Amino acid sequence: MPPSTFTPLQRVLTTLSQQEPDRVPLFLLLTMHGAQELGLSLKSYFSKAENVVEGQLTLQKKYQHDNLYGFFYAALEVEAFGGETIFVEDGPPNAGEPIITRPEDILALEPPRVKDSPCLHKVLQAQQMLKEKTGDTIPIIGVVMSPFSLPVMQMGFASYLDLIYERPDLFERLMKVNQTFCVEWANAQLTAGATAICYFDPVSSSTIVTREQYLRTGYAAACQTLKHIQGPTATHFASGRCLPIVQDVAQTGTAIIGVSADEDLTELKRAAQGRLSLLGNLNGIQMRRWSAADAEAAVKQAIAAAGRGGGFILSDNHGEIPYQVPEATLMAVVEAVHRWGKYPLDWLDA
Amino acid sequence: MDHFLHDLKSHQEKLLNALLQVDRLTAKEILTYPYPGASALQVVENLVVPVLEQVGLGWEKGSYSLSQVYMSGRICEELVDLILPPSHTSRLSQPKMAIATLEDYHVLGKRIVYSTLRASGFEIENYGQMTTEELAERATSDQTQILLISVLMLPSALRVKALRDQLRKKGSRVKIVVGGAPFRFDPLLWREVGADAFGETASEAVHLVHTIIQEMQCPPQLLPLSNAY
Repeated sequence: MPPSTFTPLQRVLTTLSQQEPDRVPLFLLLTMHGAQELGLSLKSYFSKAENVVEGQLTLQKKYQHDNLYGFFYAALEVEAFGGETIFVEDGPPNAGEPIITRPEDILALEPPRVKDSPCLHKVLQAQQMLKEKTGDTIPIIGVVMSPFSLPVMQMGFASYLDLIYERPDLFERLMKVNQTFCVEWANAQLTAGATAICYFDPVSSSTIVTREQYLRTGYAAACQTLKHIQGPTATHFASGRCLPIVQDVAQTGTAIIGVSADEDLTELKRAAQGRLSLLGNLNGIQMRRWSAADAEAAVKQAIAAAGRGGGFILSDNHGEIPYQVPEATLMAVVEAVHRWGKYPLDWLDA
Repeated sequence: MDHFLHDLKSHQEKLLNALLQVDRLTAKEILTYPYPGASALQVVENLVVPVLEQVGLGWEKGSYSLSQVYMSGRICEELVDLILPPSHTSRLSQPKMAIATLEDYHVLGKRIVYSTLRASGFEIENYGQMTTEELAERATSDQTQILLISVLMLPSALRVKALRDQLRKKGSRVKIVVGGAPFRFDPLLWREVGADAFGETASEAVHLVHTIIQEMQCPPQLLPLSNAY
């Protein structure tokens, strides 16, 4: 095929301005496949910025997707708070024992400083190197956990839900601590080279809390936090539903919304009304067993539902493609986007 | 009992509203009210179980949130412990059941299913978080008959296959019921890993446990429900 005149960054910026670029942009949010490319264990892979840089560049060269992912793993933020990370051989690392073992611990909790956190430095170093190597040709995506969702790793999900319902005073203090950290961490990534920040906020999803709860909690935290982040943001619910709150999410100042395979893309696009661009929603769990034909059908269906008029980036629905998804499937997704994602999408009228 | 059943719909609506509002006091008043002629077990079976089922279905349809499912289960678990204590004869006559998270550090799903089962009158051992080897060993030595496994991560879901193999090698015929996000997002996964059943919600887990108990008491070939999972 002839080379496109659009760089990946131009392609993405065009779709974010609700216009059609040369084709539907594709984000492959691959955190762990770089380790497979380099023949390293996940623990070893994430131990050095250079590994992640090499992994990301190798993957992008192979799949020609429209992003680099400057994200290591979520538990890293809890590491910065003094927690530990538990590595597994075939999946994302998990946060270890909670750093908040009783609600009163929150009174003494202080936000870690990015400059004092070697684990965060690795990420910044990787993003800086990616930026040096690619310039302004391709978006480098940084990641933060939202202040409202980070406590799941800081104290455990059940204890956190108890806190929200039973200790609003301590909940407020925790939000303040996490907001301070989140803003500093996001801005450090933007300074290092990230083009945009993906604000992961699964607890705000309508799968977890009602819209009323969201407005009192996750929405308030997002409004307070995102206005201090000095760059574009995407809000991602990590497979959680968001249709009932799409309009509210648009009010938080974010530009993109990561949407779930659990919801209809056509309805989501309608609800976004051009105020938000959609990122999603290929089913990452099912992707593991997809044939090439399955991949093509899923890509085609997503593009048919949300591709027209721009405002759409094709991606998985979780913000991270499982380690088990094979190369052949990823390649089938890429080929399907190149085949069915070229604008204008005339085939939809055929 | 007749009076209780006559007004059952109204009691259920009141309990549902109290649970969705996380109103413990009202929920306690409804559940501890001395309904003439109704036993504690009848109150649990006719009031708590269907209401928790409604909450679970509401979550499945997107009407209610997971936090409401969790808080409803927790409140009902506490209150059912008051009216149907762990030593109650109805709980003691059940097959041995346990619940665990398998090589997974996300325990909310397990907590919800545990609360919902206990609130539905079942007694169930909470094994906590375990590795495949630990869980196979424990379930075998305890002679557990129904094992519920909750996971959030795909690698953990895939470990169920190795667990099943280890259990069978050790001679355990325990029934394995799985639940959690990977099984929801891939409806074929529970069969692939060799589970006996998959529960989409905590209330569905209650139904599955009922069905398995029925099958244990009666040969499966005589039960039309044996294809339900």
